[in-house]
Amino acid sequence: MLRIMLKIKDLKASVEGKEILKGISLEVKAGEVHAIMGPNGSGKSTLSSVLAGREEYTVDGGSVEFFGKDLLEFAPEERAREGLFMAFQYPVEIPGVSTTNFLKTAVNQVREHRGLPALDAVQFLQNMKDKMKIVDIDQSLLKRSLNEGFSGGEKKRNEIFQMAMLEPKLSILDETDSGLDIDALKIVANGVNTLKSPENATIVITHYQRLLDYIVPDFVHVLLNGKIVKSGTKELAYELEERGYDWIKAEFANA
Amino acid sequence: MSKDAEILDEFTSKEYEHGWTVDLEADEAPKGLNEDIIRFISAKKEEPEWLLEWRLKAFRHWQKMEEPSWAAIKYPKVNFQDIIYYSAPKKQKKLKSLDEVDPELRETFKKLGISLEEQKRLTGVAVDAVIDSVSVATTFKETLAELGIIFCSFSEAVQDHPNLVKKYLGSVVPQNDNYYAALNSAVFSDGSFCYIPKGVHCPMELSTYFRINAANTGQFERTLIVAEEGAYVSYLEGCTAPQRDENQLHAAVVEIYVHADAEVKYSTVQNWYPGDKNGKGGIYNFVTKRGICAGDHAKLSWTQVETGSAVTWKYPSCILKGDYSVGEFYSVAVTNNYQQADTGTKMIHLGKGSKSRIVSKGISAGFSQNSYRGLVQVHKRSENVRNFSQCDSLLLGDKCGAHTFPYIEVDNSTAQVEHEATTSKIGEDQIFYCNQRGIDTEAAVALIVNGYAKEVLNKLPMEFAVEAQKLLALTLEGSVG
Repeated sequence: MLRIMLKIKDLKASVEGKEILKGISLEVKAGEVHAIMGPNGSGKSTLSSVLAGREEYTVDGGSVEFFGKDLLEFAPEERAREGLFMAFQYPVEIPGVSTTNFLKTAVNQVREHRGLPALDAVQFLQNMKDKMKIVDIDQSLLKRSLNEGFSGGEKKRNEIFQMAMLEPKLSILDETDSGLDIDALKIVANGVNTLKSPENATIVITHYQRLLDYIVPDFVHVLLNGKIVKSGTKELAYELEERGYDWIKAEFANA
Repeated sequence: MSKDAEILDEFTSKEYEHGWTVDLEADEAPKGLNEDIIRFISAKKEEPEWLLEWRLKAFRHWQKMEEPSWAAIKYPKVNFQDIIYYSAPKKQKKLKSLDEVDPELRETFKKLGISLEEQKRLTGVAVDAVIDSVSVATTFKETLAELGIIFCSFSEAVQDHPNLVKKYLGSVVPQNDNYYAALNSAVFSDGSFCYIPKGVHCPMELSTYFRINAANTGQFERTLIVAEEGAYVSYLEGCTAPQRDENQLHAAVVEIYVHADAEVKYSTVQNWYPGDKNGKGGIYNFVTKRGICAGDHAKLSWTQVETGSAVTWKYPSCILKGDYSVGEFYSVAVTNNYQQADTGTKMIHLGKGSKSRIVSKGISAGFSQNSYRGLVQVHKRSENVRNFSQCDSLLLGDKCGAHTFPYIEVDNSTAQVEHEATTSKIGEDQIFYCNQRGIDTEAAVALIVNGYAKEVLNKLPMEFAVEAQKLLALTLEGSVG
């Protein structure tokens, strides 16, 4: 029996007094890939933000358990150290801080939390070199200021590279496909697939089915107006691609 | 003169003559400042007559001057009569090695993280440690002496190299330059002297650590650096002061004379006690630092990391007299809690084709006020001058202030002067991004701030850069979140 990693129960959340998530329930087990699809404004990004612990979002009800612990009790950095990773839709620029330096700080804080000794410079660089191959990222990019002047593709590859370095249990990819051409999309997807193991899980948040050709989900959930209205397998994604979201909207217009 | 006036005159001069005695055996001067105190200091230091006269002249100027009030800083008036102007650590015989240094003193250094022997062994830095105004240990002097480099305490220079001191003292910062410089000129206790002969490239970073020790002792350091034609030296100054309650005045003067084709790099990490969280206590740092690029192609570069002091008033400047001379100013000034800093530079372009570059990064947190004040002046006859100024301010929280006062005076139409300024706040998005990677907010702020200040920190010698990064993080601890 697979272990339950993430257990979301009737999660309700709002931002600036506006109710966005209206009762979401979802279970993710180790080794699984879940896709969450839905039209703009359905609450996809709110869900990832709430899970990652962004301050602007208020949880109004429900619960989230991560390996049996109350995730919502944790500060954002504690969630990260417990093994939750989010690939940002819009990665943030930090001038003057190289990706290498940034990741060294992050990796060693995470390692400290997990009771592991800090990596020295040599070990860290070796580790980096190994992981760079996964997303075909160039070392010169990692010496530059974090995300500053990076192309869209470089930013997203850098997100997956960070994921590789931090070795999370659960990764949430928030619209990672947005703004990517097909080549970049393949590289990113390939990276995610390489990192996949029976011990970790992935939640892919996307508007389009396209990414799911490369990261094949075990389950597909349709988010509409703050609720998961339909769940299925990858075939559901194809159906959405073909028919759009309107038929689901119509079906649940009165829900 | 009437009879009354005569009596009065006699009475006052009598009082002056006898009412005030100074014990020359004392290790400490009594509180207060008058000509006798200056004579006491000069006598204590066995100074030549000309230097005493020089001091007295400065004192007479000072008495006629007014404390400047134009800076964007507020503090209670300093009572200059409530300060001890001279105190010496217990005198020991001359020291040959660090082993002879008072163990208690070395312990203090260790607590401050300044281990002389470590500095000596690991970095090859010659350290001239100043404790309460008198040099206690000087190292590497012999190696330097072989190259003809003089690096010693100011008092020693007065004794051993009087002609050099006489020639250059006051040549860049005259006695009557400003209120605090005049005060310093009258009462300076000690400091450092550095002389690099013609064509000599100083093979090591020269550094001095300053520290205030006994309570109630104002610090009046005097530093004089001379680089002869074609010489090079990199000079480091670092300050740490232990926690204390009373406000302390620090009015140093640094003079740098750069001859043709010579280069001087002067780096400072300043960490005087800034006062407590409520703004109580802390050092008043009123410093005059100035250098002259006297000859053609001379270069002077100031780099400073200012994290300490309750009040900072400091404008390291370059007089670019030589043709094609170069002046640089790189500064990071951090203020937290109730600290106030008014700092910047002056670039005075006199030589043709002279160039200057100013990079100032201000970081304000808490209730602090942080001002950049800079002057770029191009004189009528200096052709083809170039200047570039970049002044950035970073705000943490919404109770602090950042101010920029750029003064640009150009009298020659061939000059090219650029000024760029930005003000930003640390973004919540940036902090959240760091948090999401497992980095706590404190470390995130340190990371972001160090990234912001990188261009300046990169100008510091390696071992100083590391220390400075730690200092920035330490200063801003608890300022966000």
